[in-house]
Amino acid sequence: MSVRIFVPGDALSLALGADDVAVALTAEIVARGLDAQLVRNGSRGLFWLEPMIEVEVDSVRHAYGPVTADDVAALVDAGLLTVSAHALALGPTEQIPALAAQTRITFERVGVVDPRSLDDYVAHGGYAGLRRAFEVGAEQILADVEVSGLRGRGGAAFPTGIKWRTVAAATATPKYVVANADEGDSGTFSDRMVMEGDPFCLVEAMTIAAFVVGATHGIVYIRSEYPQAIDMMRAALDTARAAGWLGPDIAGSALSFDVEVRVGAGAYICGEETSMLESIEGKRGMVRPKPPLPAIEGLYGKPTVVNNVVTLASVPFIAAGGGDAYAAHGVGRSKGTLPVQLAGNIARGGLVEMPFGVTLRELIDEWGGGTRSGRPVRAVQVGGPLGAYLAPHQLDIALDYEAIAAAGGLLGHGGIVVFDDTVDMAHMAKFAMSFCATESCGKCTPCRVGSTRGVELIERIQVGVRREANHAQLLELCDVLEHGSLCALGGLTPMPVRSAMTLFPEDFGLAPGGA
Amino acid sequence: MMTGRMIWNEVRGLREGIDLGTPPRDGQPVTLSINGVDTTVPAGSSVLLAATHAGVTVPKLCATDTLECFGSCRVCLVEIDGRRGYPASCTTPVEPGLVVRTSSDQLTRLRRGMVELYLSDYPEADLVGGWSEFHTTLEQVGLADGLPADHPYRHAEHHHQQGVLDESNPYFLFDQAKCIVCSRCVRACEEIQGTFALTIDGRGFSSRIVASQNESFLSSECVSCGACVQACPSDALIEKSLFPEGYHRADSGQA
Repeated sequence: MSVRIFVPGDALSLALGADDVAVALTAEIVARGLDAQLVRNGSRGLFWLEPMIEVEVDSVRHAYGPVTADDVAALVDAGLLTVSAHALALGPTEQIPALAAQTRITFERVGVVDPRSLDDYVAHGGYAGLRRAFEVGAEQILADVEVSGLRGRGGAAFPTGIKWRTVAAATATPKYVVANADEGDSGTFSDRMVMEGDPFCLVEAMTIAAFVVGATHGIVYIRSEYPQAIDMMRAALDTARAAGWLGPDIAGSALSFDVEVRVGAGAYICGEETSMLESIEGKRGMVRPKPPLPAIEGLYGKPTVVNNVVTLASVPFIAAGGGDAYAAHGVGRSKGTLPVQLAGNIARGGLVEMPFGVTLRELIDEWGGGTRSGRPVRAVQVGGPLGAYLAPHQLDIALDYEAIAAAGGLLGHGGIVVFDDTVDMAHMAKFAMSFCATESCGKCTPCRVGSTRGVELIERIQVGVRREANHAQLLELCDVLEHGSLCALGGLTPMPVRSAMTLFPEDFGLAPGGA
Repeated sequence: MMTGRMIWNEVRGLREGIDLGTPPRDGQPVTLSINGVDTTVPAGSSVLLAATHAGVTVPKLCATDTLECFGSCRVCLVEIDGRRGYPASCTTPVEPGLVVRTSSDQLTRLRRGMVELYLSDYPEADLVGGWSEFHTTLEQVGLADGLPADHPYRHAEHHHQQGVLDESNPYFLFDQAKCIVCSRCVRACEEIQGTFALTIDGRGFSSRIVASQNESFLSSECVSCGACVQACPSDALIEKSLFPEGYHRADSGQA
């Protein structure tokens, strides 16, 4: 049997030269007449080791990384197809400490399976959740999702079970399931990794959601900046449809459900669920007021489940094994695991899936290895560009929606971006306002006008023009943005701005405690 | 039992000539409290309509009873017991037993803060003696004289005061300097006239009203029905007959 060599094909590994490695490996295989085949898998999430290739020997995968095309000949010389002691050898993949210490539930198959193979998906437990759903019925699965305590991983942390029950109870038809894959937060990539590494998981999850709520049509709304994910999801949908996992009478059940991919056009605001629905309907991506909730009047005014990709990808596990198995992990009201994304100035960036309760300091120091520059950590932004900055003394907070909110922050989509002591926090506050100004849909006044005024005020504070007056006005503006904005973009922009001013007043030329 | 339609007829009769804020509905009667006074309106009505029905004036800019609610100006914010934050009264449907307050120190602050943002991009020379809805709202929030002399927004670098002045249509003109991007014109063109000639171009601070594919009003699909002019609260769209000597921007500089 030919040896399988895994070369990741996800966007990050491609950016690091994985295609060159694949080409070089193929050339060596052909030139030496080796009995080996290449599989393009997703990333294991250990980004400092990418491109990390794996060789399957006697059903055990052995990792090497980071590999460049120039390393390939030497790797083959050293006995890549057996078990090599090459300098890049990392040992059995599952024993790499940074991977072995994780609790991979949602990311169980990401980087493991061939994302283009439905057989591989099923061989690794795929479709067990949907099969059980057909056996036990929609109400039991709904109960499982409620018991699991799963909350929306896109950022709002709304209980998924409540959302699904609302849609299930709605009488209007047709109903829709929309997967929000418009992952726009800087420093986040977990949705992308699911789609590139385990696309059938999302297909199965959406089908389970459709079965539970009675939906007939699904849409995966993917940002245009994710061409590999778009390609992978389209391929997975075609494959699933050809195998009878989508379409009429799925797997002999009475369920008829199909899914299509829709591609965004480069607007952060279309990750906001109502703007996304407008965009899918072919309209300008502008935020709708709530009520009505999308669960009652969503896509085309019909009941719609809108869930983030990671939220959905957590569902097959819950559907297959019951809600208790998932709820056994985590703390307080934060049940299960969170795929944390470590980015910014960090030595070992990547994806870390851990039960809620692990502290930010453990994640940054133990998993992340501190800053990449080697300088001290000065600030950490948790929860994307709208999340608060935290100072080093705050990092013992547990990963827990309520604990982080109590500290004045938000967990959001689980992105953690680290900055060392060279960061200028006035510049970062200005970036927050500037991000809001750039990405505002332009509908509500605080966001449309206020974000631009915020940039101007901070610029004047930076150069010392009427510093006190501009500072006072900036705080007023933050109140108007927080309380007056139509959606979370304007409403949360004050979080990074205020936290930067409070924690680092010296960067604004203000006395400590001045904010 | 009174039907919603009967209640609505009563409302209409009592309040003729008053902008209810959002279009009337004819659902079953719903009673809620506005500033401590019970008021009854048809289900499906907005809190803004209920307040207007109760004789309470809530400052607003993007809402009007000829157009579906939109929720963009954020001036009609209220406080509702048991609800977080400050919901816009125009987009909040009435529910039995809601307890609504339309004024408080915090609401006054927020509304002023909101209107200050509008004033940071509106020609100051057009503030005095104006009679538009925008001017009425300025009076309601205590900013009829514009931004205070030392207000930081007076130094706004980004503005639209040299924006488009479109006089191509024989009957009306569009002065972007006075446009507050409330989308009432766009919605009137869609909802009242069904022409869909207007849209918003760009996003964020660059958002602006354009006709058809960013064309002049005259060469666009506009049919000169005037619905947009009637809907405009800030004199950005205005009849030319009001300016027999020709229209001149009073002040091309920034406020």
